[in-house]
Amino acid sequence: MHFAVPIFPGSNCDRDTIHAIEDVLDQPVTAVWHQDSDLKKFDAIIIPGGFSYGDYLRTGALAAQSPIMEGIREAADQGKLVLGICNGFQILLETGLLPGAMRRNDHLQFRCSISRLSVENTQTPFTLGFSQGEQIRIPIAHIEGNYYCDEETLQELQQKGQIIFRYAGENPNGSIDYIAGICNERRNVLGMMPHPERAIFDWMGSTDGVKLFTSMLQYWKENNGAA
Amino acid sequence: MQLKQKVISLPNEPTPEMIREQTLYKELGLKSEEYEQIIHHLKRLPTWTELGIYSVMWSEHCSYKNSKTLLKQFPTQGSRVLQGPGEGAGVIDIGDEQAVVFKIESHNHPSAVEPFQGAATGVGGIIRDVFSMGARPIALLNSLRFGDLKSSARVRYLFEQVVAGIAHYGNCMGIPTVGGEVVFDPSYEGNPLVNAMCVGLLKHDELQKGVAQGVGNPVIYVGARTGRDGIHGATFASEELNETSESKRPAVQVGDPFMEKLLLEACMEMVEQKDLLLGIQDMGAAGLTCSSAEMAAKGGYGMDLNLDLVPRREQGMTPYEIMLSESQERMLLVVEQGRESEVQAICDKWGLTSAVIGRVSEGDRYRLFFQGELVADIPLRTLVDAAPCYVQAQKVPDYYRENESVCPEEQLQHIDPQVGLHQVVSSVNLASKRWIYQQYDHMVQASTAVCPGSDAAVIAIRGTDKALAMSTDGNARYVYLDPVQGGRIAVAEAARNVVCTGAEPLGLTDCLNFGSPEKPEVYWQLAGAIQGMSEACQELNTPVVGGNVSLYNETKGQAIYPTPVVGMVGLITSRKHIMTQSFKQAGDVILLLGETLAELGGSELQSLVTGKISGRPPVLDLEKEKKVQQVVLHAIRHGFVHSAHDLAEGGLAMSLAESCIAGGLGANVTAKTQLSALTYLFSESQSRILLSVPENQAWHLIALAEDMGVKCTHLGEVIEVPEMRICINGESVIHESVQELTRKYEEAIPCAMSPSLTSTN
Repeated sequence: MHFAVPIFPGSNCDRDTIHAIEDVLDQPVTAVWHQDSDLKKFDAIIIPGGFSYGDYLRTGALAAQSPIMEGIREAADQGKLVLGICNGFQILLETGLLPGAMRRNDHLQFRCSISRLSVENTQTPFTLGFSQGEQIRIPIAHIEGNYYCDEETLQELQQKGQIIFRYAGENPNGSIDYIAGICNERRNVLGMMPHPERAIFDWMGSTDGVKLFTSMLQYWKENNGAA
Repeated sequence: MQLKQKVISLPNEPTPEMIREQTLYKELGLKSEEYEQIIHHLKRLPTWTELGIYSVMWSEHCSYKNSKTLLKQFPTQGSRVLQGPGEGAGVIDIGDEQAVVFKIESHNHPSAVEPFQGAATGVGGIIRDVFSMGARPIALLNSLRFGDLKSSARVRYLFEQVVAGIAHYGNCMGIPTVGGEVVFDPSYEGNPLVNAMCVGLLKHDELQKGVAQGVGNPVIYVGARTGRDGIHGATFASEELNETSESKRPAVQVGDPFMEKLLLEACMEMVEQKDLLLGIQDMGAAGLTCSSAEMAAKGGYGMDLNLDLVPRREQGMTPYEIMLSESQERMLLVVEQGRESEVQAICDKWGLTSAVIGRVSEGDRYRLFFQGELVADIPLRTLVDAAPCYVQAQKVPDYYRENESVCPEEQLQHIDPQVGLHQVVSSVNLASKRWIYQQYDHMVQASTAVCPGSDAAVIAIRGTDKALAMSTDGNARYVYLDPVQGGRIAVAEAARNVVCTGAEPLGLTDCLNFGSPEKPEVYWQLAGAIQGMSEACQELNTPVVGGNVSLYNETKGQAIYPTPVVGMVGLITSRKHIMTQSFKQAGDVILLLGETLAELGGSELQSLVTGKISGRPPVLDLEKEKKVQQVVLHAIRHGFVHSAHDLAEGGLAMSLAESCIAGGLGANVTAKTQLSALTYLFSESQSRILLSVPENQAWHLIALAEDMGVKCTHLGEVIEVPEMRICINGESVIHESVQELTRKYEEAIPCAMSPSLTSTN
């Protein structure tokens, strides 16, 4: 399974994400500069966290205009897996691949901590290794993670099982319905504020991110018959 | 470049004669005798541009003219030291062809007038110092001082904005801010301290230096364009703060971490092309002037710069402004002639401005050209090596003599130990710093093995089993009461913090924050602190590989407490040795290494109860200190230990509380002592470490301590019931639930900040 990790000016979790793919999955991964739009040879794309374009204008807004987004859109259309983490989630919202928008955290401060999440839907390529309602611990680090959408969209997300992760206990940013991560209707595009790449070894304080990566690989193997 | 021999003075600027007649050099912070020296070096009167260049190069910030003779005492060598003081940052070998690079620097004055940008650019500057060495930054730390948090809205504003500024810069750069310390004390009311430290990692063959080499080689400017911000920042930093300081806001730079992130990645690409860079230096304090002059001087060459080629963001800038601007996110490079296009290509990829602005020349002339005219022509070495050097008069302050007869123990005996515990646990100085560090991304780079909140932070090194421990530390109260002891303690405690995580201390960087050296009492403090620090460095084998001096930290003639801050880095050889302070398991035996004496002078309890500090601080016996550290490191590496925690401010009571709070477990302690219960629990005697060890390993440790001649006291055991129970000489003196202590510990700072607009806690 060949992963692409797009790099925008200001991305800063790109190396962590690449390392996680190598360490957890031992699969090939390539850093792709944002000006390349051809992602045909890749099986999955993980848009890393960071401050693309310094968060100028709005988080993710400028990155959403990069040439590479064409390739990402194409991959999503083909049913390939696209995961956006933190700033990656913000970029997916700005491109319209996922519905809704991000606002500044309700307390207005940056927040970095290990958050407790509940896995709300395991019928997705990203969560098939988790059990329904499983409580996991994954770090967050953002100032704009206050997910928002209108009532109609929220109902749709709820009814179609597109809410994948919710904050369990404290909501660290004020997001609507405690949302921490959502997917598209087809369930091949996931955006999440928490950083699974920061929870893969015991010494990091949690290994709950591992199953997210292994789920992706398992899904891909099942659907591509490759070993 | 056409050479014109005569230096011209520009219209709209004071003429050389006016400068002399109206003593305008004083406006630039130069003394009369310094002005005379400049005339001597130039063999003519300096122009306004030249005078500006001398004034920043000879400022305390760049030349260390008041501290240089004292700083010579610091041991700077060691078998592992690859680069000591003098470059952007110090470099220490950590094996496997890898090295750790680190430095701490102050940004006090800018933060006093513009806290958000002042703190942000302090972080930005120290990051550039580290990556200009060829290292990728892997961690940030800081050390902060503010006035009394509870009584002053101004202090709350400064604190909130400084934290936000640090977060803004470090988070965007993707460098985890993993550690630090903050102290609130009225002595910093008008003059807060913001010291930022950066740690980087490199392979030996990637090490870069700020040196210009090879006649005719191009000098290349990379990064943000030059504006009028930060002009004379270095001079501003070398003056006392006063009512007019607000007007110095233009001397505060404005940071753009996004730009610096691009600059970092571009520089890392250049470093990867092993032989491309001949020299690289950050344009930090004193901007283009300092970087270009130092690079040329270190290489033993001269330099010609054409200021028309310097990328600018504003029109009509004069040579004076261009040379003295401290616009951020700029780097100066020297490469071999003919390789300019390789630099250009990398800069283009990252969308960075770059320009060849001059050439390395033969000889010793530092020449600046502007609009075809020669506007400065200075013998280079006089800027860098001939800066004045002062040894100031010293005087033992009256307070020091008066303190001789003070007995702090007597002042405090009326305090009930349980009440004392509540006071220290909820003191903003000792309480949880979560409110701060949760605003810092302390986990980016996915290497943080010990997060903020323990004795020292630990960063794992990918691809190896090694890890680095790091800590910033400095107790100014002790230094105030006794500079030599305080200096020793600053170094010893930082080392102890690092040892408690399972690391061997490698070396340190220091930031010396003091008042005006021209005051004999302040100079006495400075001299004593440096002496004490040097002694500790010598004994603990921790060389000083870089640092910074920040003097003139005064408002209204009142100096801050003398505040040397130590940034210590240690090496953990295997991740399985990583140790934290939290109690891990009920039934574990609690041991105390080291001796407890009646030492409450300068203690947190004294300050909380009496509102001031007096007496003598704890005494630090370096030999004892070294042995205690050896025992703990040995025990951790042999797997005898479940937790290790330094005893510091708040003494045994505070350390026990912290180990309980962190582990969510209780402690049952029974001790016998000749001291009063209060003194025993709150004394801040040095060289003590609290350990918890599995019951069946305790004898190993006790035997080991005995062999080494270290006192080891069996205090009690970790208990499942989350309660802190302390019995001294048969009498129960503390019985408190850990939940209650946790609540006090966690709520202290959020409560103090609740009047603030942006706090939700």
